[in-house]
Amino acid sequence: MALPQRRTDIGPPHYKDFLPPVIQKNYGDWKYHEILNPGVMVHVSNKGEKIWTVRVASPRLLSTDTIREHAALAEKYCGGYIRYTTRHNVEFLVSDEKNIEPLLKDLKDKKYMVGGIGPRISNIVHTQGWVHCHSAACDASGLVKALMDEFADYFTTKSLPNKVRLAVACCTNMCGAVHCSDIALVGIHRKIPIVETDKIKNMCEVPSTIAACPTGAISPDPANKAVKIKEEKCMYCGNCFSVCPALPIADPVNDGVAIVVGGKVGSLRSDPKFSKLAIPYVPNNPPRWPEVTSAVKTILEAYIAGARKHERVGEWVERIGWESFFKATKLPFTFQHIDDFTIARETYRNSAAFKW
Amino acid sequence: MPKKYQTPLLDELEKGPFPSFVTEIKKAAAKNDMAADELGLLEKSYKTKRGYWKHGGIVGVRGYGGGVIGRYSSLAEEFPNVANFHTVRINSTSAFFYTSKFLNEMCDIWDKYGSGLTNLHGSTGDLVLLGTNTENLEPIFAEFSSRGWDLGGSGSAMRTPSCCVGPARCEWSNIDTLEINYAVTQEFQDEMHRPAFPYKFKFKTAGCAVDCIASIARADCSIIGTWKGKISVDQKEVAAYAKNGMNITEEIVNMCPSQCMSYDGKELKIDDANCVRCMHCIAKMTKALKGTGEKGATILIGSKAPFVIGATLSHVIVPFMKMEAPYDELKDLVRKMWEWWDEHGKNRERIGELIIRRGMREFLEFIGIDPIPQHVKEPRRDPFYFWTEADLQKK
Ligand code: HEM
Ligand code: HEM
Ligand code: SF4
Ligand code: SF4
Ligand code: SF4
Ligand code: SF4
Repeated sequence: MALPQRRTDIGPPHYKDFLPPVIQKNYGDWKYHEILNPGVMVHVSNKGEKIWTVRVASPRLLSTDTIREHAALAEKYCGGYIRYTTRHNVEFLVSDEKNIEPLLKDLKDKKYMVGGIGPRISNIVHTQGWVHCHSAACDASGLVKALMDEFADYFTTKSLPNKVRLAVACCTNMCGAVHCSDIALVGIHRKIPIVETDKIKNMCEVPSTIAACPTGAISPDPANKAVKIKEEKCMYCGNCFSVCPALPIADPVNDGVAIVVGGKVGSLRSDPKFSKLAIPYVPNNPPRWPEVTSAVKTILEAYIAGARKHERVGEWVERIGWESFFKATKLPFTFQHIDDFTIARETYRNSAAFKW
Repeated sequence: MPKKYQTPLLDELEKGPFPSFVTEIKKAAAKNDMAADELGLLEKSYKTKRGYWKHGGIVGVRGYGGGVIGRYSSLAEEFPNVANFHTVRINSTSAFFYTSKFLNEMCDIWDKYGSGLTNLHGSTGDLVLLGTNTENLEPIFAEFSSRGWDLGGSGSAMRTPSCCVGPARCEWSNIDTLEINYAVTQEFQDEMHRPAFPYKFKFKTAGCAVDCIASIARADCSIIGTWKGKISVDQKEVAAYAKNGMNITEEIVNMCPSQCMSYDGKELKIDDANCVRCMHCIAKMTKALKGTGEKGATILIGSKAPFVIGATLSHVIVPFMKMEAPYDELKDLVRKMWEWWDEHGKNRERIGELIIRRGMREFLEFIGIDPIPQHVKEPRRDPFYFWTEADLQKK
């Protein structure tokens, strides 16, 4: 069968074609919203018109079967209108209040997890991991599933001092935004790539391999038509493996997960913050990474016990001090915690006033 | 019938309340050979604790230099149907609004030509079609583009811009995030599809400082809506919040970062000249408080993940820009920044890194912006600064 005529550089369709009529009519004219329960909110316009949003979790990795089910639900209850969020939730956009209860019931029957609105744990921003990426030091989807099962109540019902934003990135490229999340996991390699010297001359191009290294750790090994890696310069980023498959970095024994805490992106109350290192390494223990979930639970519980209302994790830690964070969580403090990278001296303590 | 793999480890991840990605892969694997091998390969990763993917040559569609991520399995003999298993990035709609009609069509195309697996969405904001082989790329592109959809960005190009839900469903938005996002995407189609930059370039647009799209942390150009006038206060609504149990002194006044609010149990007052427009009070008392007056955006540049110099957040370049269609001021600024980056940027150097390497002065002078205190948190601490001849002439 002949293919349809391709077109180039047309860009995406205009979003107006995808907005429910009530949104088109009240675009830019919303007055306020109310969170009716953890999975439902209503936005009210200056004209007094309303749109209800019903939010459910998705695993981000979706089959066409499930997307068709989303579409069918949207057709039945929302005039066919639906949106997805940056945190991989699905939002059903309901224009007719009568449809909310039947939609919620249908979602419940189909075992959807409804929630994530308000001071709770929303869905976890994450990356590809072993599902699809070459530099992964851990899986991402599996860690997300294990964490969200553990903390499901904080998505569906229980509330927290403020939102807690979780993220998972499967290597230090950090496609997963972990550098500014309340609590985040990042996959780490701990050893430099293995140099398969005899394969390099057939599989790789030496100049492009050298050029791929962001830290200049790779140098030629002309005798073998291969390369050498300077151990003390390598940041385990895996870029060289991208261009040269004879430099594998995946390491079942030494790869694992680091846990960083206290980041945020909004400017509310305090400036956006980077996440900082709480636990330098937890081993990979699939399928459920019990050591990781238990460490996150420790941190979350300390936050719940210590934070004031509306404080994010980072704001709580800054108020009590990092020395108190390590005390409250009983997490060990190690050499890895002390920065020796580009901003190291900014992080040393320049005061004799601190807590025991 | 696709091959059926035993997956005892992954099966563990079908238990529990959160929707399972394993169930999703299995649904696709029941009718699709690629998805079946993806499942088998992933079980192997769970057993051996390592991934098996590699690069292995650039792939794409005719006339484009991006939009497809080439991905190859290093276990091609054991899992032949994922020997090549490329990602196709489809440029999403502004704020990810869809209709059931589009979703069904997308699923039909993807079942025909791909694995049936997707990511809604990739974090850059693409609609990610996860896994197909090289021969299917042209047909997929023809099917989508003939229906009005295009590929997103990848490689050293402008990446698919994304934005918060903004005026479509949020009372706090100061700018039309969806339209800005659409306009930028359409304006720079060539820069998106034919990688010619030193490295990637990302735009993210948020309607206010809540920054639901995390623009300040993950965009080379972060556009964040703000206002210049006062915060209007509806004292009746303030009283209603108090009556409903809000401790206004503790939860609002004491948490204001600039300590510019006061409340005597009756009236909430704001010293607007000292407000930094952080959004805390408005977010907590949405019925009572609202930013008013001139609306626009702060333009910040330079956030990126840790490689190579450590993670950076975007920093202020233009404190206030009116954001009115067709957004010429923004587009001109962007072209100017790109010109400088093109000229001086090294391979794989993001614009934020280049600014750090060559200095804010050179950058600001090139784009024609005078220095102001809003550019920095504090002035420099050291005495090691330079003077140009022109500086010396100034009296
Ligand atoms: C859906 C969740 C996310 C996924 C899957 C994800 C994945 C990725 C990936 C794959 C990249 C590379 C971009 C590209 O090449 O197109 C990336 C870049 C980036 N991500 Fe995310 N990300 C997510 C969310 C976030 C969030 C929420 C933040 C910030 C709070 C963030 C911060 C960044 C930054 C700063 C970059 C650019 C860094 C750089 O490219 O140097 N990401 N992300
Ligand atoms: C310099 C740092 C980064 C490198 C080297 C990098 C590299 C990669 C690679 C190799 C992939 C392919 C994964 C696959 O096979 O599907 C990928 C995917 C992706 N990256 Fe990045 N990435 C970086 C940072 C980021 C950041 C900070 C973001 C987010 C803003 C981001 C967004 C994405 C997205 C959206 C994808 C598609 C897959 C996904 O969503 O997980 N990347 N990146
Ligand atoms: S974080 Fe690393 S391993 Fe994960 S998708 Fe991004 S580049 Fe790949
Ligand atoms: S892993 Fe990264 S830092 Fe290490 S040698 Fe390879 S490219 Fe260089
Ligand atoms: S960033 Fe601001 S305007 Fe945009 S959706 Fe979030 S709160 Fe609303
Ligand atoms: S927006 Fe922030 S700085 Fe301004 S009055 Fe409200 S809490 Fe204070």
